[in-house]
Amino acid sequence: MIKILFFAQLRERLGVAELTQDTLPDTIGALRNELSQQSGLWAELLQKERCLAALNQEIVADNAKLNSGDEVAFFPPVTGG
Amino acid sequence: MHQDGISNRNIQVSVEAEDFDVNQEYHWLRENQMRDGAIVTFVGLVRDMNAGEKVQKLCLEHYPAMAFASLQSIAKQATERWRLGKIRVIHRFGELDLGDQIVFVGVTSMHRGDAFAAAEFIMDFLKTNAPFWKKEQTAKGSRWVDAKQSDQDKTASWQK
Repeated sequence: MIKILFFAQLRERLGVAELTQDTLPDTIGALRNELSQQSGLWAELLQKERCLAALNQEIVADNAKLNSGDEVAFFPPVTGG
Repeated sequence: MHQDGISNRNIQVSVEAEDFDVNQEYHWLRENQMRDGAIVTFVGLVRDMNAGEKVQKLCLEHYPAMAFASLQSIAKQATERWRLGKIRVIHRFGELDLGDQIVFVGVTSMHRGDAFAAAEFIMDFLKTNAPFWKKEQTAKGSRWVDAKQSDQDKTASWQK
C-alpha cells in the first residue's frame, strides 16, 4: 500500500488531499501515468513540467522506485520564502 | 568544501504559525561564541503588491512532514560549502497580513563573505525546494502564486 498526498492547486483542483492505493507501480513516473489516466484534469495537473513529486518527504525524479508503505506527494513548484 | 563539525544544536530550524522576534534570534546567534565575527540575517515579509495587483492577505500552505526536513537539509548543505558557526531558519505558515514576517535566515561565520553567501544560498534553495505554497487574497478573489523562473535560475547558479 502507498499513501499519496496532494498540495496547493493540485489539492484544490483535484478535490483530494490524500489517497491510499493497494497496487504498487514500479516508479513515481508509472504512478504519475496511472493517475493521469483518470481524466483530462488529472493528466493536465500531473504533467511533469508543472508537478513535482516527493518520495518519503524528499523531492525525487520520475525514475525513483516505489516500495510498499511509501508516502508520495505531488505538488506544484514551491513558492515559499 | 568545509565540514568543520557544526553540531546539530547549532543548526536550529522551525516551521511555525507564530510570529518570531528578530532580537531574540539575533541574541541566540550571538551568544556563547567568540569565534565568529560576522552575523548575517535576512527577513522576508508579505508585500502589498504582486504581479501588478494589490494583495490583501496571504495564506501559506505547507507539507508538514517534509517542510522541517527540507529546511534542515538545506542548512546542512550550507555547512558543507562554508565554515559556519550557527544557523537559524524559521518559516511560518497559515494566514498572514501585509507586512507580516514570513521567513528568517540567520548565519554566523568568522568573516562576512561566508555569512553573506551562506544566507543567500539558504534563501535561494528554500525558495525552490522547501514545500510551501503562497495563496494571495486580492480584490478579485484568491489566487495561487506562480513559481518564478528567476528563482530556479538562482538555485541552478549555485550548482555550477
